[in-house]
Amino acid sequence: MVSEIRDERVRSVSRLSRLLSRPELGAAAGTVLVFVFFAITAGSTGLFSAKGIVNFLEVSAQLGILAAPVALLMIAGEFDLSVGSMIGFAGILIAIPAVFWGWPIWLSLLFTFAVCGGIGALNGLAVVRTGLPSFIVTLGSLFMLRGLTLGLTRGISGRTQVSGVHELAQNDPLNSLFSGQVFPGLIARLADIGLIGKRADGLPSISGIPVSIVWWIVLTLACTWLLTRSRFGNWIFAAGGEANAARNLGVPVARTKITLFVMTALAAALFAAIQVLVTGSADTLRGTQKEFEAIIAVVIGGTLLTGGYGSAIGAMFGALIFGVVQMGIFYTGIDTDWFKLFMGAMMVIAVLFNSYVRNRAMRSR
Amino acid sequence: MFSLAKLIKPALGLMAGFTMMAAATSLAAADETRVVFVTHGQSGDPYWSVVKNGMDDAAKTLGVKAEYLAPETFDMAKMGQMIDAIAASKPDGMVVSIPDAAALSAPVKNAIAAGIPVIVIDSGGSKLTHDLGGLLFMGQDEFQAGVMAGERIKALGLTKAVCANHEVGNSSLDDRCAGFAKGLGVDVPVMNGVIDPTEMKNRVIAYMTAHADTQFILAVGASGAEPTLAALDEMGLSGKVKTGTFDLSPTILQAVVAGKMEWGIDAQQYAMGYIPVAMFDLWKKYKIMPIADYPTGPGFVTKDTAASVIELSKQGKR
Repeated sequence: MVSEIRDERVRSVSRLSRLLSRPELGAAAGTVLVFVFFAITAGSTGLFSAKGIVNFLEVSAQLGILAAPVALLMIAGEFDLSVGSMIGFAGILIAIPAVFWGWPIWLSLLFTFAVCGGIGALNGLAVVRTGLPSFIVTLGSLFMLRGLTLGLTRGISGRTQVSGVHELAQNDPLNSLFSGQVFPGLIARLADIGLIGKRADGLPSISGIPVSIVWWIVLTLACTWLLTRSRFGNWIFAAGGEANAARNLGVPVARTKITLFVMTALAAALFAAIQVLVTGSADTLRGTQKEFEAIIAVVIGGTLLTGGYGSAIGAMFGALIFGVVQMGIFYTGIDTDWFKLFMGAMMVIAVLFNSYVRNRAMRSR
Repeated sequence: MFSLAKLIKPALGLMAGFTMMAAATSLAAADETRVVFVTHGQSGDPYWSVVKNGMDDAAKTLGVKAEYLAPETFDMAKMGQMIDAIAASKPDGMVVSIPDAAALSAPVKNAIAAGIPVIVIDSGGSKLTHDLGGLLFMGQDEFQAGVMAGERIKALGLTKAVCANHEVGNSSLDDRCAGFAKGLGVDVPVMNGVIDPTEMKNRVIAYMTAHADTQFILAVGASGAEPTLAALDEMGLSGKVKTGTFDLSPTILQAVVAGKMEWGIDAQQYAMGYIPVAMFDLWKKYKIMPIADYPTGPGFVTKDTAASVIELSKQGKR
């Protein structure tokens, strides 16, 4: 019987140990740890009310939108330190044409995505053509983009903040794609049956789920599919594992990396679009330090700094841990002067726990 | 593929361009008044952006040459070196801010000893300015402005307040919070915030959830005030929980007009940029200099006056 003949080159691995060797396992365990910690220290203060959950998910979602493509890029063995500056730059590219030149919002958005994608391609080209470390190339872009942002904004507006986007975006066809709330009807019904609390004026405590959370989930799933189910995903792992060997096998390493730089730049533009349309303003300082936060989320998520190993789902957990720790401390009542100490310690503990779980899982194979 | 020669050529061209530009500026007419600002405020900061606009407008109107310099981070050692370097280039007047007297007193004193007239703006205060031999101090005493804000809130009968600081570690923002507590006469907790507007907004929501008895939120700058307004809106507390802020922006002024915000405190920092340029021009031409300090703030912009300055705020003058 054919089905009983087994290929001796393929090792049989049980479903459980296959699950245990996934890169995101440690991050998932770290997430559970962080949630347990806050359930004990801040469980009764509203952190886990509907309002509290949306509160930390919104912070996680914005970071997660950046972290998913950054994870792919880091698996391919490269860094993009320009994403934070790109957020500030993209925000200004959206706001200035809309506020000062009377462009419709949808047109400024398309323009912004095109320009940012182009700069991402330039980053990628500079990395693969010069052979310089991407750390250095994108560190250069980090400063150049901030300078360009400031120079353009002050030159055109005489200020460093451009507000007034809300009024212009109200009837724009793309507005609700970036700044709206989804499932308002469901939320209202849940509030009616008492599952979601109400505000003093009788409205539900949340009016819906911010659309950024949907973006986060969709983007993470898309990146996961790309990484694990597509040929492009294999190229990413190959490029980050051993680029020369990959090239010899016919993997287009340069093209793969450039594509990934375009993706991180577009994610930064998406982040900016969401923030500009939600807040109604753009600011030259937006996105400061986001490049590091994205890398932290990706590393907490189990991706190796050296490339070749990692996942997009892990980055999602990393962003979730970051968001929960960021917001959770406010509910615990700890003096906020100690905020950064606490946050740093939580991060290190989460990563340590994460790698402990992963090592245990790997050994058990 | 990549060739070094290809990269070097444009780089050399660029450098030659810069050198020519520098040479051209140094050949400018010697009788033109030259004023240099060395401050701790990056021009990317919305507050300092207005100072720089004041300086630029004065320079254009009066035909004076004015330059604006600031270290790219809050680095007092570097700012001291910049003051030394500018002093060596012998400008007709130097405008400095002194956020750290210990680190900057010596360079400022040396510049004055070398015969350069100095006006101090924004940080440093009157006493330090005159001790060092500066001509005069222009600006807003942040602590005193905070005290006045606190007194106004006390007059409304509110006692439970919080100071939402979006940039912890900046001493002038600390002064604003501390002055506010003094004026209100009770302890005021400081909520540590961030520049990122989403995180700032959500932190205010978290703080208000955990401290629901808070009656007043003081923001210490536009980057904290706009997310605070959004947070109160989202919680349905807009207008119920009172709020006020230091500094102005179009969004803040609209909120003041709509009654969502009590007031914005205007340091009128445009004057800190404009007037020193004019003063040094008069000083160079006619040896005229005002004999007293010039306090520019605090100016409280309230519901009655906010509408009239929105357009000016959009232009970066208020």
